[in-house]
Amino acid sequence: MTARVPGAAGSPQTLDMMVNMGPQHPATHGVFRMELAIDGERVVGLIPHIGYLHRGSEKLCEHEIYSQIITLFDRLDYVSNFNNELGLVLAVEKLMEIQVPERASYVRMILCELNRIASHLLFVGTFALDAGAMTPSLYTFRDREMIQALFEATSGARMMHNFFRVGGIKEDVADDFVVRVDRLLGELERGIDEVDGMLSFGEVLLARTKGVGVISGPDAIDWGMSGPCLRASNVPYDVRVDEPYCLYDRVEFGVPVGTQGDSWDRYYTRVVEMRESVKIVRQCLAQLQPGPIMAQLRRIARPPKGEVYAHAENPRGDFGVYIVSDGGERPYRLKVRPPSYCNLMPLRDLVVGSYIADAVVILGSLDIVLGEVDR
Amino acid sequence: MVTWSEVVLTALGLGALFAALMTVVLSLTWLERKLLARIQRRAGPSVVGPHGLLQPVADAIKLLTKEDVRPADAPRFLFWFAPVMVVLPSYMLWVIIPFGDGLLVRAMELGLIYLIALSVLEVVGLLLAGWGSASKYSLLGGFRAAAQLVSYEIPIIIVIIAVAVFVQSLDLRDVVGGHATTIAGRTMSYAGQGGVPLALVMPLGLVVLFIAGLAELGRTPFDIHHAESEVVGGPFVEYSGAHWAVFYLAEYMNTFFIATLTVLLFFGGWSWPSPASVLGDSAPPLAVNALGAAWLMAKVYAVAGVIFWFRGTYPRLRIDQLMAFGWQVLIPLSFANLILVATVLYYGWPTWTLPLISVPLLAVVARVAFRRYADPRKMKTVRMFTRSTRADGETVLAPQAGES
Repeated sequence: MTARVPGAAGSPQTLDMMVNMGPQHPATHGVFRMELAIDGERVVGLIPHIGYLHRGSEKLCEHEIYSQIITLFDRLDYVSNFNNELGLVLAVEKLMEIQVPERASYVRMILCELNRIASHLLFVGTFALDAGAMTPSLYTFRDREMIQALFEATSGARMMHNFFRVGGIKEDVADDFVVRVDRLLGELERGIDEVDGMLSFGEVLLARTKGVGVISGPDAIDWGMSGPCLRASNVPYDVRVDEPYCLYDRVEFGVPVGTQGDSWDRYYTRVVEMRESVKIVRQCLAQLQPGPIMAQLRRIARPPKGEVYAHAENPRGDFGVYIVSDGGERPYRLKVRPPSYCNLMPLRDLVVGSYIADAVVILGSLDIVLGEVDR
Repeated sequence: MVTWSEVVLTALGLGALFAALMTVVLSLTWLERKLLARIQRRAGPSVVGPHGLLQPVADAIKLLTKEDVRPADAPRFLFWFAPVMVVLPSYMLWVIIPFGDGLLVRAMELGLIYLIALSVLEVVGLLLAGWGSASKYSLLGGFRAAAQLVSYEIPIIIVIIAVAVFVQSLDLRDVVGGHATTIAGRTMSYAGQGGVPLALVMPLGLVVLFIAGLAELGRTPFDIHHAESEVVGGPFVEYSGAHWAVFYLAEYMNTFFIATLTVLLFFGGWSWPSPASVLGDSAPPLAVNALGAAWLMAKVYAVAGVIFWFRGTYPRLRIDQLMAFGWQVLIPLSFANLILVATVLYYGWPTWTLPLISVPLLAVVARVAFRRYADPRKMKTVRMFTRSTRADGETVLAPQAGES
């Protein structure tokens, strides 16, 4: 960042002001810190600082057996826990070449898609808060709470579930699971419509987000963006379709793709995605049959020597897990490809040149979770 | 000559006004929290007192007993003086606000000029607070407040002038109650708002005044100078305890003031619907006055309710959009309103021509402003893709049938 020299051509005798946004700023969604250089209301420079939530998760994984690592993965992206667990167990299963029972796969898909809705609901609420509207966040938290109540009934925990296992799931779902999820879906659809109607097409939100933080498709690919942020830039890529895992090839769903690559498209693709997730869960419920929930395995997973990369579509994007195994019960090395971290990369390009208020909206539209960025 | 009895009476009046304003502010904070809670499907304050009615009192006690912290680098005088500078003009405004015929502390024939002059002063206090807090967020907030308040003062002033031109008086009592005046041998009589409130005569003025008033208050969608998600608390971010409470007090007094001004100028104050005709001609003046004041307060609370409703509904504008809206939309509209009123008066056209011209004008402007951002053609930017199989057998995403 170059602070401009006072008196230089085109600038009056002024200095840029350095403003610290974060790690204790309401708009940084956790402990992200932006060092902003501002000229009046314009942002002319930005230095992002991360690492306030660094817990050394990847190193810790090397000292845990695989079933313990699941608990660490719960704490990466702490608003889409099931999706994280899925990324890990998919990788281990791929390495061990395990065939997961169908019922377990369907339950995993149901929980992951519900988790996607919960995560996007949180996004919509906080995005509205960033844009200055306080009401939508309370609506979305209400709906998210219903999902978490279901999670608690299923796994015993609202957020840190520790429910997926290498080869299946921890225990079978309750008898009333299908009925409960079905009822929940109806309520979610109502809630999504309500927030969508209240927020999405309001003139003020459109004015604040249309054309703000535009990133082109090729740029987004170059920066390694994924998930809704990538799709908003008119790049149709979704791991669930391009490299199906679980049983995603057995369900029909749409994938919203934006054309502008601005903050509003990043927002609205997520809103539409929630509706598609509801459709996926409906189909999974219809296809869910009784059966085993765990593959026949040794008690402690011991993958063969080798390496594996598996990835899944998280609410925030392409969540990849790379495992190097030396044949032991603990990974030799485990690397996570965190979508939040990669989506954060173009932040400076997006923010510099815009207004302070835009910086907040752009950061909000990228929807980062610091637990995953810092790991 | 000022007599002692006048001094004592004025002092008593000021004291009573202060007590009344405190009560109003406490009730407004309660009302806002309850209304917002209802909008957001919450209960709101419900623990202290019945329906949480005593919550504002508890808050006030808590704030007044809290420690006052001054940042180490903040200049002592500026930091402590700023809240006073904000609250004093907001309080002084009320001296000339009539709550009924003759129910006011000090009658002033140039009352509207006094209002205009004092309401601009508040920005000095906000700027002082922003500068004197020795905090960058405060500074940003202070300058935002200065830019915003100075810009939005202009449409308010022009609308007030338009009303004054229409009424041919700068006295708020005349605006509500009507009067007759003779200028250059031409007698003008204005019947007051007992029959028809000015809102129906001058809808353009009402809309401009209300929107500019929201901006003047720093209320959603114009709350950029204390935007929590951007400048955290703006000029107030470093304040705590009693001094913060004073800012808060001023803010609610101003909300109440804008609501009252709207009602007095456009919704007939205490005289529409006429209390005298409701009670009959033989009613005692005290009863008529009391009913008028009750009318006024009911309408003011209704307008305040609308202001709170906005807060529960809208996101916040960005500063450039806010300034553009002020200078490109509201100020031209307010001048158009003034010119319209003057023209109609000069040529002696009937009053109903005013709304006849201004309502279509307002509709056109609203349509253009709406289309600028919420054009349905521009909004459809998200398309639906579905899974399809490519010629080489790969599954890829392709636009759904029917999506272009």
